[in-house]
Amino acid sequence: MGIRFILMVNKQGQTRLAQYYEYLTLEERRALEPEIVRKCLARAEQQCSFVEHRNYKIVYRRYASLFFLVGVDNDENELAILEFIHLLVETMDRHFGNVCELDIMFHLEKAHFMLEEMVMNGCIVETNKSSILAPIQLMDKMN
Amino acid sequence: MAGSSLMENLFQRTLEDLIKGLRLQLIGESAFLSKALDEIRREVKSTDADTKANALHKLTYLSSLYFYDMSFAAFHVVELLSSTRFSHKKIAYHAAAHSFSDDTPVLVLITNQLRKDLTSTNEFEVSLALECLSRIATVDLARDLTPEIFTLLGSSKVFVQKKAIAVLLRVFDKYPDAVRVCFKRFVENLESPDSQIVSVAVGVFCELALREPRSYLPLAPEFYKILVDSKNNWVLIKVLKIFAKLAPLEPRLAKRVVEPVCDHIRRTGAKSLLFECIRTVVTSLSDYESAVKVVVVKIREMLVDDDPNLKYLALQALSVVATKHLWAVLENKEVVIKSLSDVDSNIKLESLRLVMAMVSENNVAEICRVLVNYALKSDPEFCNEILGSILSTCCSDVYEIIVDFDWYVSLLGEMSRILHCQQGEEIEKQLIDIGMRVKDVRPELVRVSRDLLIDPALLGNPFLHRMLSAAAWLSGQYVEFSVNPFELMEALLQPRTTLLPPSIRAVYVQSALKVFIFCLNAYLLQRGNAASSSTFDRVVPDVPGLVSERDGPESSSLASCDAPVHCKQDEGFNPRVFDQSFEGLSVEHGGEETATLGQASASSSLKDSFTHESIVNLLNRVELAVVPLTGSYDVEILERARNILCFTELIKRDLLDSPVQKEESLEREGVQASQIIKLMHDAFSNDLGPVSVSAQERVPVPDGLVLAENLEDLETIFGDVQLPSLNSFSLGSPQYEERAGFSIPIHESKEEPVPSSESTSLLAEHRKQHGLYYLPSANKEDDYPPANDTKLQAGTNDDDGDLVKLTEQLLLSKKKPNHAKPRPVVVKLDGDQATIATNPRPKEDLLSGTVRDVLLGSDTNPTSSQGQASTKSSSKRKGKEKLNVDSAKENLGGVEKHDQGNPGSRKSKHHSHGKGRRHGSPGKKGAETEENGQKLKQKSSRTHSKHKARQRAEVPLNVVAQSPVIPDFLL
Repeated sequence: MGIRFILMVNKQGQTRLAQYYEYLTLEERRALEPEIVRKCLARAEQQCSFVEHRNYKIVYRRYASLFFLVGVDNDENELAILEFIHLLVETMDRHFGNVCELDIMFHLEKAHFMLEEMVMNGCIVETNKSSILAPIQLMDKMN
Repeated sequence: MAGSSLMENLFQRTLEDLIKGLRLQLIGESAFLSKALDEIRREVKSTDADTKANALHKLTYLSSLYFYDMSFAAFHVVELLSSTRFSHKKIAYHAAAHSFSDDTPVLVLITNQLRKDLTSTNEFEVSLALECLSRIATVDLARDLTPEIFTLLGSSKVFVQKKAIAVLLRVFDKYPDAVRVCFKRFVENLESPDSQIVSVAVGVFCELALREPRSYLPLAPEFYKILVDSKNNWVLIKVLKIFAKLAPLEPRLAKRVVEPVCDHIRRTGAKSLLFECIRTVVTSLSDYESAVKVVVVKIREMLVDDDPNLKYLALQALSVVATKHLWAVLENKEVVIKSLSDVDSNIKLESLRLVMAMVSENNVAEICRVLVNYALKSDPEFCNEILGSILSTCCSDVYEIIVDFDWYVSLLGEMSRILHCQQGEEIEKQLIDIGMRVKDVRPELVRVSRDLLIDPALLGNPFLHRMLSAAAWLSGQYVEFSVNPFELMEALLQPRTTLLPPSIRAVYVQSALKVFIFCLNAYLLQRGNAASSSTFDRVVPDVPGLVSERDGPESSSLASCDAPVHCKQDEGFNPRVFDQSFEGLSVEHGGEETATLGQASASSSLKDSFTHESIVNLLNRVELAVVPLTGSYDVEILERARNILCFTELIKRDLLDSPVQKEESLEREGVQASQIIKLMHDAFSNDLGPVSVSAQERVPVPDGLVLAENLEDLETIFGDVQLPSLNSFSLGSPQYEERAGFSIPIHESKEEPVPSSESTSLLAEHRKQHGLYYLPSANKEDDYPPANDTKLQAGTNDDDGDLVKLTEQLLLSKKKPNHAKPRPVVVKLDGDQATIATNPRPKEDLLSGTVRDVLLGSDTNPTSSQGQASTKSSSKRKGKEKLNVDSAKENLGGVEKHDQGNPGSRKSKHHSHGKGRRHGSPGKKGAETEENGQKLKQKSSRTHSKHKARQRAEVPLNVVAQSPVIPDFLL
């Protein structure tokens, strides 16, 4: 399992999206998330985007007020994950048009849906923006 | 009913309302949320699907972002799964994926629903079910739904097919026998015309290969094709990861992969791919000098890049390559050391690791100097990282890289003084360890300890208390090297020691006693010497050598006890006068002695300080400091303080009165006091050595000792004693017997079986529990060797073994480069070397076994394990194999041709690997890899028609090889 979890967190450290690809109990999540978020948010702009935490490696990137945190296995390629985060943001940008924190708050299920198209079982399954968005657009039309 | 649900629906808050409300709430977040949760609890029970869906939607939101438990709604999730509306299904599947675990009881209820959705004509429903399955699949679900997944693997819709492939990872994990059904189709996907399918398949293979790479070696040709042909960076990265795992297993494969990897390095513009290539080379292809050179150039480019990410990764790559190609690190030394002061703590840590990798015997002092300077400047956290890594690097392999221990000990002292130092515990350990192992360094140790003890500032840092405890112990234990014991005493009894925790204060008190006794003893000796100038020549050199040879000075001073009388009569025993005369003599004799006995220098300079006056002062000082301690609440301190006080009481009168005392009384009591002091001094100056962990086992079992093998009767004796201790003993005893080569025939102990075994075992048990209080057993050499004596290191039982060990040590020491200053002897014990962990081979899991079975072409019944599978008759296997190939041919053209050609070669290759793994003997490895090489050649040359017959013939052989006994079919 390459990707273990994906978190989107705002500047205040509030989680806006949490997607886990391995089962963690609520207690484990409750312990894990704030710790990771604190670690990443404390880092300065000119520091590198990788943080080691227990048996995870956290790759994070900040876009405006939102932090994207991806927890990966130790032998995952950090730079590829950074590219994945960028792809995710670009995809959401294309769908929401200049995506912001509120978009994700109020359309969480869509954000999840996009993630589900992109990642399954911790493996990246789709990297084409149009393919990722096609089912969502189709569903939007149906509703 | 309908009306009420309509009302419910109308007035129900949607998720959007909830989020808005959460942002505007005035009653506090938790109050608002608990109110919302109450609503949800009510709504979720509604019979109206819309209401229920809405409630679950909100609940999932709260659960994923606010950690609210939603297990209570598990059944409602199952209910909603069966809804016909897609939007409901979506919410339900999402809730299930989020909240279900293997232990969720309602999981058994959803099998049919999942099956229905997996076979649905609506691809989005299929997708939802697959997505959910990839998160929650249990053993049962995986088993029951394998046929559906198999069907989906061949779906014409890429949208569904890629998800079906991704779900395999979880399914294989839970239900390895699914491999038998799905693997063929799964492998076919590697050659799919759709790049996305290939990408997903490679991703899943990558995850599988990371766990157990060996099973996927037969697929190397397919992966190789992708490595050469693919243009997709995601796929290439994953394929490189697979090869990084496969290459170390198969040298020929590594050789073939090097070129394409270097091509990618030269060609690619993508940093991620470039880095993956670099990582592959440094981890798995580091034997290929040319590739490493290419990679190191790239690493250097990354090192000097402004992007901290690249810099960090470059440092990481360097630290991987450091183990085999240290030159790569040395080439970039400046950058690495400069990175120690980077703004990023991660980069600092990486560069620290690299710096430590560069440490060797020759540069350890220089590097430590640099690092300590960095430690002084950096923040507390990194400072301790630096100190910690210095400590752990220097002490590895019993201080292997340390030549100049004086330097190292003073470095330890220096490190303790760094403001942020929190390594007290580790420094304590090493100080004492060095003190016991390296005899020559003790004077320096005592000097360093003294510097640390007299510094009142250090007492204020709780992290350093343990280190101070070591310093106190050392200066008490090796007080004979002290330049000024009075000063030491002052330091040990200083008022600020109240800041220490009781356990360490107790060490201080005990050390004070040792120092005190040393002073008294030295004083008494002097007094004796001054009196009996005739024996003086012999006495002086013995002062430091008290440890070894005590009888000389003792007897002389005792024998000449009447001598002081004359002195007194003449000069009234004025200490000063005595001193002068003493000094004069010591100048005369001291010269040669310091030359011959290094230790004497310290003590000879002390000579003038042990005046009667100073001893009396010391006595008063001790009393003054210790009396308050008798009010301590800590028993250790209390007891030791009382010991000191009693001791002072005992000797006080004699010592204080001695100058004016009458002849007779002195003769009587002086002897008594000095005897006591001598006895105690002797007791304290017994050398303590390091004790091997296996020391106890090497104590031979005494003749006539009968150990019971069955300890059942022990229970009747112990009764209520807890069982664990019993277990530990019964485990220990057989080992004990083995070691001693002492087998006990049970019938021999017939005459008196019960009492003797009982008492022995009881005794042994007691010894185990309270070993601390037992005297060392008869042959002490076994327990711990005196420092500096290499010959006694090994057990005395076996002379041959000793010789072997001794020569080994000699050989070892020869290898060391010559230094201007010879490395002092460091006492090593067998236990020290025995710590090398024999890397336990990862247990072959069921999945890899099944994968191997499938790849090898066998098709045994699903429940059989690998071992069972192999016992099938060879003819049957062959038949099945053929059948497989044929059936597969229908689906595929190209791959199968290849498969068909080499089942034998694949198979045999596997066995040789499997065998290698189990035996793991380095001797066989060479032959083995050669064999493998040949096999691969066969494969790559693809002359199946020629080899076919031979390879087929190998099959029965392999079957034998696969049986649990694992015979060496290569031999």
